[in-house]
Amino acid sequence: MKVMAQMSMVMNLDKCIGCHTCSVTCKQAWTNRAGMEYVWFNNVETRPGLGYPRTWQDQDEWKGGWELRRNGRLTLKSGNRLKKLASIFSNPKLPSIQHYYEPWSYDYETLLESPVTRNYPVARPYSLLSGKPMNVEWSGNWDDDLAGSGEHAVKDPMLKGIEDKVKFEFEQTFMFYLPRICEHCLNPACAASCPSGAIYKREEDGIVLVDQDKCRGWRMCVSGCPYKKVYFNHKTGKAEKCTFCYPRIEVGIPTVCAETCVGRLRYIGIMLYDADRVLDAASVEDDQDLYEAQVGCFLDPYDPEVQRAAEADGIPGDWIEAAKKSPVRRLIMDYRVALPLHPEYRTMPMVWYIPPLSPVVDVVKETGYDAEDRGNLFAAIDALRIPVEYLANLFTAGDVPTVDKVLRKMAAMRSFMRDINLGGDPDEEIAASVGMSAEDMYEMFRLMAIAKYDERYVIPTAHSEQAHGLEELATECAVGDYDQGSPFGEGSGQGALTPVAIENFNMLKERQTSDHDASVTGGSKRGRVNLLNWDGRGMPEGLFPKHPDDGPKQ
Amino acid sequence: MSAGLDDKLSDALVGTRRFFTRAQVSDDHRAMYAEGGRAGDSFYRDRWSHDKVVRSTHGVNCTGSCSWKVYVKDGIITWEAQQTDYPSTGADKPEYEPRGCPRGAAFSWYTYSPTRVRYPYVRATLLTMFQEARAQYGDPVVAWASIVQDAEKASRYKKARGKGGLVRASWADAVEMIAAAHVYTIKRHGPDRIAGFSPIPAMSQVSYASGARFNELIGAPMLSFYDWYADLPVASPQIFGDQTDVPESGDWWDAAYLIMWGTNVPLTRTPDAHWMTEARYRGQKVVVMSPDYAENVKFADEWLAPAPGTDAALAMAMGHVVLREFFVDGHVDFFDDYVKKYTDLPFLVTVERQKDGSWKPGKNLVAADFENAARTSENALFKPVVFDEGTGAPVVPNGTLGHRFGDEGVGKWNLDLENLKPQLSFWSEAAESVAVRLPRFDAPDGQAVHEERGVPVIRVGEHLVTTVFDLMLAQYGVGRPGLPGVWPEGYDDPRVPYTPAWQEEITSVPAEACARIAREFARNSVDTQGRSMILMGAGTNHWYHSDLVYRAMLMLTTITGCQGRNGGGWAHYVGQEKVRPLMGFQNAAFALDWTRPPRHMTQTAYWYVHTGQYRYDTFLADTVGAGMSAFPGQTIMDLLLKSARMGWSPSYPTFDKSSIEIPDLAAKDGVDVKDWVVDKLKSGELKFALEEPENPENYPRVLTLWRSNLLGSSAKGDEYFLRHLLGAEGAVTARQAAPEQRPRDIAWADEIVDGKLDMLMTIDFRMTSSTLFSDVVLPAATWYEKHDINTTDMHPFIHSFNPAISPPWQSKTDWDAWKEIAKRFSELAVDHLGTRTDLVVKPLWHDTPEAMATPHGVVRDWKLGECDPIPGKTMPALIPVERDYTAVYDKMTAVGPLLDTLGTTCKGITYDVGAEVEKLRQEHGVVATGPAAGRPRLDTDIQVAEMIMMLSGATNGHLATQGFRTQEQRTGQRMHDLAAESEGRRITFADTQLAPQPVITTPEWSGSETGGRRYSPFTVNIERLKPFHTLTGRQHFYLDHDWMLAMGEALPTYRPPLDMTRLFGEAEIGATGELGVSVRYLTPHNKWSIHSEYQDNLFMLSLSRGGQTVWISDQDAAKVDIRDNDWVEMVNRNGVVACRAIVSHRMPEGTVYMHHAQDRLIDVPLTQRDQKRGGIHNSMTRIMMKPSHLIGGYAQLSYFFNYIGPTGSNRDEVTMIRKRTTPVEY
Repeated sequence: MKVMAQMSMVMNLDKCIGCHTCSVTCKQAWTNRAGMEYVWFNNVETRPGLGYPRTWQDQDEWKGGWELRRNGRLTLKSGNRLKKLASIFSNPKLPSIQHYYEPWSYDYETLLESPVTRNYPVARPYSLLSGKPMNVEWSGNWDDDLAGSGEHAVKDPMLKGIEDKVKFEFEQTFMFYLPRICEHCLNPACAASCPSGAIYKREEDGIVLVDQDKCRGWRMCVSGCPYKKVYFNHKTGKAEKCTFCYPRIEVGIPTVCAETCVGRLRYIGIMLYDADRVLDAASVEDDQDLYEAQVGCFLDPYDPEVQRAAEADGIPGDWIEAAKKSPVRRLIMDYRVALPLHPEYRTMPMVWYIPPLSPVVDVVKETGYDAEDRGNLFAAIDALRIPVEYLANLFTAGDVPTVDKVLRKMAAMRSFMRDINLGGDPDEEIAASVGMSAEDMYEMFRLMAIAKYDERYVIPTAHSEQAHGLEELATECAVGDYDQGSPFGEGSGQGALTPVAIENFNMLKERQTSDHDASVTGGSKRGRVNLLNWDGRGMPEGLFPKHPDDGPKQ
Repeated sequence: MSAGLDDKLSDALVGTRRFFTRAQVSDDHRAMYAEGGRAGDSFYRDRWSHDKVVRSTHGVNCTGSCSWKVYVKDGIITWEAQQTDYPSTGADKPEYEPRGCPRGAAFSWYTYSPTRVRYPYVRATLLTMFQEARAQYGDPVVAWASIVQDAEKASRYKKARGKGGLVRASWADAVEMIAAAHVYTIKRHGPDRIAGFSPIPAMSQVSYASGARFNELIGAPMLSFYDWYADLPVASPQIFGDQTDVPESGDWWDAAYLIMWGTNVPLTRTPDAHWMTEARYRGQKVVVMSPDYAENVKFADEWLAPAPGTDAALAMAMGHVVLREFFVDGHVDFFDDYVKKYTDLPFLVTVERQKDGSWKPGKNLVAADFENAARTSENALFKPVVFDEGTGAPVVPNGTLGHRFGDEGVGKWNLDLENLKPQLSFWSEAAESVAVRLPRFDAPDGQAVHEERGVPVIRVGEHLVTTVFDLMLAQYGVGRPGLPGVWPEGYDDPRVPYTPAWQEEITSVPAEACARIAREFARNSVDTQGRSMILMGAGTNHWYHSDLVYRAMLMLTTITGCQGRNGGGWAHYVGQEKVRPLMGFQNAAFALDWTRPPRHMTQTAYWYVHTGQYRYDTFLADTVGAGMSAFPGQTIMDLLLKSARMGWSPSYPTFDKSSIEIPDLAAKDGVDVKDWVVDKLKSGELKFALEEPENPENYPRVLTLWRSNLLGSSAKGDEYFLRHLLGAEGAVTARQAAPEQRPRDIAWADEIVDGKLDMLMTIDFRMTSSTLFSDVVLPAATWYEKHDINTTDMHPFIHSFNPAISPPWQSKTDWDAWKEIAKRFSELAVDHLGTRTDLVVKPLWHDTPEAMATPHGVVRDWKLGECDPIPGKTMPALIPVERDYTAVYDKMTAVGPLLDTLGTTCKGITYDVGAEVEKLRQEHGVVATGPAAGRPRLDTDIQVAEMIMMLSGATNGHLATQGFRTQEQRTGQRMHDLAAESEGRRITFADTQLAPQPVITTPEWSGSETGGRRYSPFTVNIERLKPFHTLTGRQHFYLDHDWMLAMGEALPTYRPPLDMTRLFGEAEIGATGELGVSVRYLTPHNKWSIHSEYQDNLFMLSLSRGGQTVWISDQDAAKVDIRDNDWVEMVNRNGVVACRAIVSHRMPEGTVYMHHAQDRLIDVPLTQRDQKRGGIHNSMTRIMMKPSHLIGGYAQLSYFFNYIGPTGSNRDEVTMIRKRTTPVEY
């Protein structure tokens, strides 16, 4: 047994309101800078839908994650590492920028600076890649709330095999939201794909990071990650990804996406697992066994044997305590309501999800069934609008009974609690019917509904004695030999390894202290400007003629 | 077989670290664990670091009231995240943390964005004219006069509006021009020709107060917002006598049955939505009524999709079921007790014989109507009666309007029935009955049809009377044996209203579902003692007949005993933001400390007139009134005039003469000014400005906007605004009224005036349609650059804004900007204005004895000789006030003396605030010299915040207890203990900087937070027997005003959406033609903005579709070959929109959604129709006023600011939509 601790997250999709606050706060904090315009470490998808990047789940197309070979060994779906080494200069399986979206901004300044015109002035969109006017045809969240469902949602890769269950008609409508960050997998395909060894999994908390100094920009990680949660910074030519906000986590603060989640649906805690079991678990034959196999890797922090082994493996005592209180552990292990996203990718993801309930279908509505019977107040799971098969395609490699069981637990919790709500005694039978004790059911209710801050987030802080490991400087010099090329074919990856954050900061500062013409593009027609703080002044000379009237007046 | 990776060769390579790695490799060669080389990490560590975190929030037009952390690094705002430090709700409830939404999270983008207004701007044409005139005349006021009086010049700069050409100006120049325009307008036209508009103040009370205080000090009306937005549910004053009071979102947790009906909680109440999702886990059942698969449907147990605008039909049928099963066939003590005590159901109503021999419901029987002990008592005309089962006689219960005022009512204004047993119904098998004529409005041609249904009656004196309850059963079609008339045979009878089967044909909701949900709702209330709740909002409240929609819905929450309960009742969530420290706010904002009364105007009526939209009413009031013949031969404009002259509604500008000239004329004639006005009105020498709206003497000249985007957001009939108010281009093609459709009492000018406004000034931090069209734009500080305070009704806390950075470039806080304007204004006033007497014309106010101006709600119009014009009784009150225009700045920046002499009054209770003023004096210091010498200073925004909080019971426990003690006198009920726990508590600005502070229970509101309780409205009424502010003192189902009776709306009923084909000749929904397909056009709130704010924000645009869109169903799209993201054009008589289509099957056929307030600034091309810039969502709408909203001077139907008034409804509109066929050009 090798005990390791993994910082993990559970998101309760049943509470997700699809507001995208997580996306915005994450982007504000981490990726509103040059080269990262199109990047959302955290994004929220409407399902059914295509996701971001489009069709990322279609591994027949993108070849992400692992697959089990006939010899029982795992191999990267895109080819083994020897093959990768041989093909690093021609990575064929990369989403194009169009699969994400072509970032744009507007010539906002026209609104203030427009000379006298025939028509009311307007700000038009310009591509941040080409600097040219563009017709916006895709965005970071184009099919939000079933927008364009007839053209996009119908092509959701997750509908494969259940086409007969889903009709895109008004009466049959359903939708839910899927917020996504990096899975910080136990068996990360991105790391395994990296020829430079730049992606590593932190020993103390399992957070998967890209070493910015070591990354050579091969982008094999982008291909290897089946969740498409490693991104290519086309300014620096480096891969970047969600860091699980480790600068915050290390001091006990939740990730930005979690703390700012107004749906209060995110839980953070640590999971103890046996690193020695991971490969075996990831290699079980049947995709539908992967969920149980992964659960089998997790260790019970209350088990004295685990405690002893953890101590021997150098896990601090307060981390073991944190593992006991971990809401993630409780939801995954104790109540068994959280499920992994796409276990069939065999990366052993560590951001898990509670599947959503949904309204009943119309056939139930029209029957006028007996409302006096309290048991009928909440409808049967098989009458819900979201096909269980669809959820199973996301969370259990298609295994319907497992999802069904989770939904039943949630429905049972509601019935159980209703009796209490109405001042009656709870019916233990309800809990028993889904294999839970009344106490567990009540505790699960508290965790899911009352969900106080310190119960949602149980984050042991980094230990100062490990500080050297956290702050140690690299000795190897970065080499920028790959950066001349173009990742997306737009010629955007220009040489120097810019100190990225600083650039953004200086840009803001310059803009604040100058009145006009803060040169944010360095005169480049490529328009490589900061997407979300772009002030729109970077257009090629002459495109927006300056008027005499525009200047400052004395 | 042991598991492994790849193959042996890979193992070897990786194992020997030849795979380019130098980190630790796991034993199974699967992962690497790095122990060094983490320099890359330092980038993120560095990015995360910051210098300080400042508490602030976002200040306008959003109910969130979320406290935020603003991160600052080296003096630069970097980003924001939500605060999580709200006071706890207790161990067994979720908390308020975190509060925020993606829009708020994107706010800091504005700080340094290219759309930021950094300097004052003036359009070059005007600036040049002004500079030249200034040079020529020396005096800025004269200079301004020379421009606006020169038709050619005026036309030139007005026509240039909106079309670029803004140039920088200095603050001094810009402010001087603004001040000059104000001084000139007052001097030439009078102060009521100026207006200020800033929306809902709760979210930044000081910022609102800044301009409001200035405007009220000079005598300019502040325009209302709540009614204008159509967010005011007129049903609330009608039923509760209250503007709106709703539960905080934490109270959703207490509900055991929740219906969301017209409010899309995840989208519009984003920070609160978690309460709804979490309460489900507590066993709450959730039902959503929504025409589309809205975001909240995801959380429902059941989704009912009534056709848009038919919600009242569904609600009426649910009411039918509840009445049938719980009041007639069944009986519930809990309901019975509740309706007898807290509603008007047991009150007596006369049944009156008509000329044609039929019977109609009449008036509430009052003490003065028949022989009884109270017949000659004080206010006997306002003491409705019930029938006492015990004594077998009609009796006046405590708590009526008649008890609220006057000496005799002291101690009796309460809901204590004492020994009284009100009889709910006179029905028995043998009871005498008459068949009353009741209108129904569901006929295909939209015309009212009358049916007779019997009610049991008894005789009281010469009157035949029944109860409101008996009338309700007749209205709802709930029959009882022996009663004559047309009754349905059962729930499945679709012929007679209001059965479940009847509603199915209208709404398409299955009858069984309707009946079952109604039953569940009521049953749940029985099981939980009133914890059934309906969340409602814009979807049901923005219709022309929304008052009826709401009355039908509120009937459900009221007869089931849910109002005034935690977890029960109505929860109206659109635009209702609560200024918790209301009383203090009113003083600061409306300068009541210096001058009373303020000038307040209903904005809907204001723009209906001044943007010329009345000219386009191609129908008479009776057409829109379904042929009830309520207002024969009259137009809506005639009714507005009538309402104004009878003192029901405010009207500014008031007369065709200046309000500062009239006192002088009266003085010259040696007559008291009130008598002078009455005489001249009678003789016709003085007219209401409304009578001649196109006369240059009669329209507004200066409009200032701050915290506001009128032209890009709330302006219903935006294209009418552009053309007629501003003189710019507008895309209106509507026809003006033909001679036979024109107002009877209004002078009809041959030509409508274009460009009425001389000056439009906007203060903002970003570019909007309003700044684009303004003559002068001043740069505002953002929400992260100022001090202010913020409250909402969604949570019970007050918290603050604080500057993370100083206002950058040349921006200023609203308070500082208005101070600059006030200062220059006061200087210019020395030569031009001095001290003048201003005649303020004020409508009859709610919560005052003026609410007893109209006995029995019988309309008497002095103009028609039906009575004498008596100011404050049969016409508006006339109140001369003195204004020293040279002292405006001094008054604005000091706390005035009226507080010492008159105290302050809020909702009928007057407070002594001597001690509070003294504290302000000590804490703020005292003005040394000048007109405000000796008064407490009010120089800074923090001081304004302190003044607001000092003078309100919500933030000052001393005042709360004082108010309750005063109320105890009138009610005879114990109340002051509600605030006793906080008597010594006072919330200061410093407190709000530390953390959000829970407010104190105060008589300013109807609920209680005492003991950490979740706020729910009317709990004080229910628990402390405090009457509602209505005629009976109870919740009203029956409204016996003449106009309500004539319109057939005395009781809840269903009326379909307006028929735009009949009224305006628009194509029928579903018709196709050259312009595409005709569809219902709705403008629900936008996921990516808070009104127009954030819709231009690059974060939001990158998460949506980058510009204006309209949602359309796949069926409608298919009819006219529209594909997703196609450019489309929408055209109706009001305007044109050029945007892109979002095609989705979650939309119902026949309806499109153009989400609210997508401004015309972002990626809007020229239209196909006329090659001009496309419009905004409100380019397709226009103002439609409903006569019943103009009623005043009668009990709860009396005017107060934002309390009652015509709503700017916008949901009944239709449009053609087609695919664009010409190239997209800009």
